[in-house]
Amino acid sequence: MAYSEKVMDHFANPRNVGELPDANGIGEVGNSRCGDIMKMYIKVENNIIVDVSFKTFGCGAAIATSSMATELIKGKSVDDALKLTNKAVMEALDGLPPVKVHCSVLAEQAIKAALSDYYRRQGIDPEPIVGKIEEHDEHGEDSCH
Amino acid sequence: MKKIYADNAATTRLSKEALDAMMPYLTDYYGNPSSLYSLGVKSRQAVENARNIIAECLNADPKEIFFLSGGSEADNWAIKGAAHLSAKKGKKHIITSKFEHHAVLHTLDSLKKEGFEVTYLDVHENGIIRPEELENAIREDTALVTIMFANNEIGTIQPVKEIGEICKKHKVIFHTDAVQAVGAIPVDVKEIGCDLLSISAHKFHGPKGVGAIFMRKGLRLPNLIDGGAQESGRRAGTENIAGVVGMSVALKHSCEVMAERNARLEKMRDRLIDGLLKIDRSIINGDRVHRLPGNVNMCFHGLEGESLLLSLDLKGVSASSGSACTSGSLDPSHVLLAIGLPHEVAHGSLRLSFSDENTEEDIDYLLEIIPPIVTRLRSMSPLWEKIIKNS
Repeated sequence: MAYSEKVMDHFANPRNVGELPDANGIGEVGNSRCGDIMKMYIKVENNIIVDVSFKTFGCGAAIATSSMATELIKGKSVDDALKLTNKAVMEALDGLPPVKVHCSVLAEQAIKAALSDYYRRQGIDPEPIVGKIEEHDEHGEDSCH
Repeated sequence: MKKIYADNAATTRLSKEALDAMMPYLTDYYGNPSSLYSLGVKSRQAVENARNIIAECLNADPKEIFFLSGGSEADNWAIKGAAHLSAKKGKKHIITSKFEHHAVLHTLDSLKKEGFEVTYLDVHENGIIRPEELENAIREDTALVTIMFANNEIGTIQPVKEIGEICKKHKVIFHTDAVQAVGAIPVDVKEIGCDLLSISAHKFHGPKGVGAIFMRKGLRLPNLIDGGAQESGRRAGTENIAGVVGMSVALKHSCEVMAERNARLEKMRDRLIDGLLKIDRSIINGDRVHRLPGNVNMCFHGLEGESLLLSLDLKGVSASSGSACTSGSLDPSHVLLAIGLPHEVAHGSLRLSFSDENTEEDIDYLLEIIPPIVTRLRSMSPLWEKIIKNS
């Protein structure tokens, strides 16, 4: 298994890593049993994601996809962020090994979870807009990925 | 940048002595050992000389050593052979441990499909089976006990001599996968009392793709590879002459330097373990005393092993982990789960394994770079955040 240079770059120098104290949307997906948890923080102003950050427990691909996902939505509208797909994250990283595709799915889900939280805080039911997100489940016994 | 190879349990560098001894058989002496002319005789002599050397290193008779392709083939032959031989007498029960190499576990899976029954002994928190539990598990229809000499991930050494005595007492065939032990620690087949023992050359600075099996005199397992009359008609295929020559030279050297090397490696190992244990919420996996001299296996809570390996690689260090991400499966290492680690802890494992090529300076460097890597990965881990909050 070999990672692309871009994956290694985002792993070694992750963008937007850490907590965002004034975030108004926080989402977490994955579980520790399966070996990856992604937590996304977004700050939305006038429907624009003005700031974003992440924290990830996981493999190199999990860290790189989180980092790339934050770059892809930073400065974008909420509607554009909703359209972010795992495929776009993978392409931006020049591809992922087949066994790591689930990491990009998790990154997409993490963004959606943060957006759902943002809508909820606005008093809006996120499900019709964002769809159903598998929220973080600490004791998830179901099969990983 | 400094380069450290710390994955000698995965494979080792071919030694210069082994390579030099092999070269003539890859160039000038290419004869088939089965041929009668002098070029063939030269090859035959090389193979038999290698057999004598390996037998001597293991305190075996040369007639008890058979060459083959490596550890996996040796395990397959020993287990399938012993199982099928015993099945003729109505014995279809096999005892093993929960943390064997997959060459053993998956071979047993295939036998289970044929109707064999397998008992998996617990390896407990320290990664060592308990002989009394083995004795209790033996039944009238037990065909075979297969328990590894030393574990490939956590390096724990099993009480093989006691296992051998129990098997002898109950007249059960005893196979031990000694792939991690041969060349690393003293292995004496008479002392162990095993009937079958698996060897792989590339674990002790020999070449890849070659190994051997020790099969006690009087025990004739059905063949795994049928064909020509090589290896006394027990294992077909033209001999890997250069391979067996390289294996014998490498093993002889390993055994000659063993005492001095192991004293040095144990000191290095213990210093590294003590140093890494100073990291908050770090644990050592497996018994600290009954352990291969070159094996360090730790878990660091709140981080994932593959990201640790990548970080180490960026610093020039080759190491290994039992995390799901590196095993190619969805679960972390079965070895770490067998010693009772929860999944999330097992994901954060690191194995560093050393050989005579490693130095005290390597340990200094590892102790310098690992703590900041752990801190960095934990600082971006939501799991670590939770661990700290809940403590």
